[in-house]
Amino acid sequence: MSFMRSVLVAGAIALSSLPGLASAQDFITVASTTSTEQSGLFGHILPIFKEKTGIEVRVIAQGTGQALETGRRGDADVVFVHAKAAEEEFVKEGFGVERKEVMYNDFVIVGPGEDPAGIKGGNDAVAALKKISEAGATFTSRGDDSGTHKAELALWKQAGVKPSGDWYRELGTGMGPTLNTSAQMPAYTLTDRATWLSFENKGPLEIVVEGDPKLFNQYGVILVNPAKHPHVKAEQGQAFIDWLVSPEGQKAIADYKINGQQLFFPNASAS
Amino acid sequence: MQQENAFTTALNLILSGDAVLGEIVVLSLAVTLTALLVSAIIGLPLGAALALARFPGRSFLVVTFNALMGLPPVVAGLAVYLMLSRSGPLGWLGILFSPSAMIVAQTLLITPIIVSLTRQVVEDLWGEYEEQLRSLGSSRLQAIPTLLWDGRFSLITAILAGFGRASAEVGAILIVGGNIAGYTRTMTTAIALETSRGDLALALGLGIILLGITLSLNAAAYVTGRLAQKAAG
Repeated sequence: MSFMRSVLVAGAIALSSLPGLASAQDFITVASTTSTEQSGLFGHILPIFKEKTGIEVRVIAQGTGQALETGRRGDADVVFVHAKAAEEEFVKEGFGVERKEVMYNDFVIVGPGEDPAGIKGGNDAVAALKKISEAGATFTSRGDDSGTHKAELALWKQAGVKPSGDWYRELGTGMGPTLNTSAQMPAYTLTDRATWLSFENKGPLEIVVEGDPKLFNQYGVILVNPAKHPHVKAEQGQAFIDWLVSPEGQKAIADYKINGQQLFFPNASAS
Repeated sequence: MQQENAFTTALNLILSGDAVLGEIVVLSLAVTLTALLVSAIIGLPLGAALALARFPGRSFLVVTFNALMGLPPVVAGLAVYLMLSRSGPLGWLGILFSPSAMIVAQTLLITPIIVSLTRQVVEDLWGEYEEQLRSLGSSRLQAIPTLLWDGRFSLITAILAGFGRASAEVGAILIVGGNIAGYTRTMTTAIALETSRGDLALALGLGIILLGITLSLNAAAYVTGRLAQKAAG
């Protein structure tokens, strides 16, 4: 047993001392969502944070459900996601210390320009989904327990429709792949605006419904509880969270634009 | 349209000497070649021993290694993830979401290939040289180094097969590496990411560069093999 352990330790030392692969000690791991990473937001704000604190932030982009699971297992120091109910559950279970709101953007319904369900230009998401189901127009769902998927299911519930049948396709994949598939089908789908704006393979898709208060999309940040996972880098993780909600961090978020369009709107409550 | 752009994109990336691309290429090669080295150190002797040793359960092991050549990368990745997770048995190592974890996953994927192909090569050679070796007083296990050396040119193919699997793989390293920008992002995970972002030209451009690297390495191995073969007469 102790032999096995020493072999493993030797192996680990050998692995971690590989030339060029040695890691800086001052880093934290953040489990976040594809929308924040793939839209380029982190690419914009993380260098500013590193410049100020010297802390490197390593981001793993997953769906919200998976990111919270990563936090539960203790494999991340901070989770930065967008599904309020699931986040509050995470804190209540004791896996997270405290949830802080950071920023928001909104969801939009995109679909083929031909608009087979006749919903273009509307601003009532629930009514639009009803029409899609009545028309039997193809709709793609993330189907991956992500924040966007949870938001979509909540909208169907409000529409009083149980989505199923040939027209409803569950893809079980990320936002980008879902948009790639939807552009080819073509199909309607729900997407966050940040991913949509930074997505480069839109094909025949365009925004058909936007501006419904129900499409509000709040992002929150939570430190993984060191009481559950003692190795969590609480100090550096907290520093990152404090910076995100500080005036400086909030400004960095607001400054990120694609083609002059702001992607995320900071709304941390002053503390 | 996307396809034509891909070649221009690939060419531009190479010509501009893009620093991020350079890092990604270096990391990809470092991870894959380290995994390949570890697999060769384990796989070559193990494969030869499996070819020559006679013990109960040998057939079972042979079939198992053959089957593991088809191990789905995503399953290998998931297994390594569960082992290395902080909540897993090896969590205390703290190497999940690091290049080390990616090396472990790729080693798991390619060792069976090297074991199985080595076993076949050595088994064939033993059939050919058994009488000679026995007359020299060599036992089966003592013959291992001789046969490995004798089969070195065929074994290069086994190593290249391992390299091919590791360098082309994305499912396992995505799970255990996390595709972290500047830390665990490799050629294949970058291609997957750019596809997700809908930047198909960039994704395909990266694919062309990866194919170019693989082609160069295989050509180098081929030429070296031929030269060595000539020198050996």
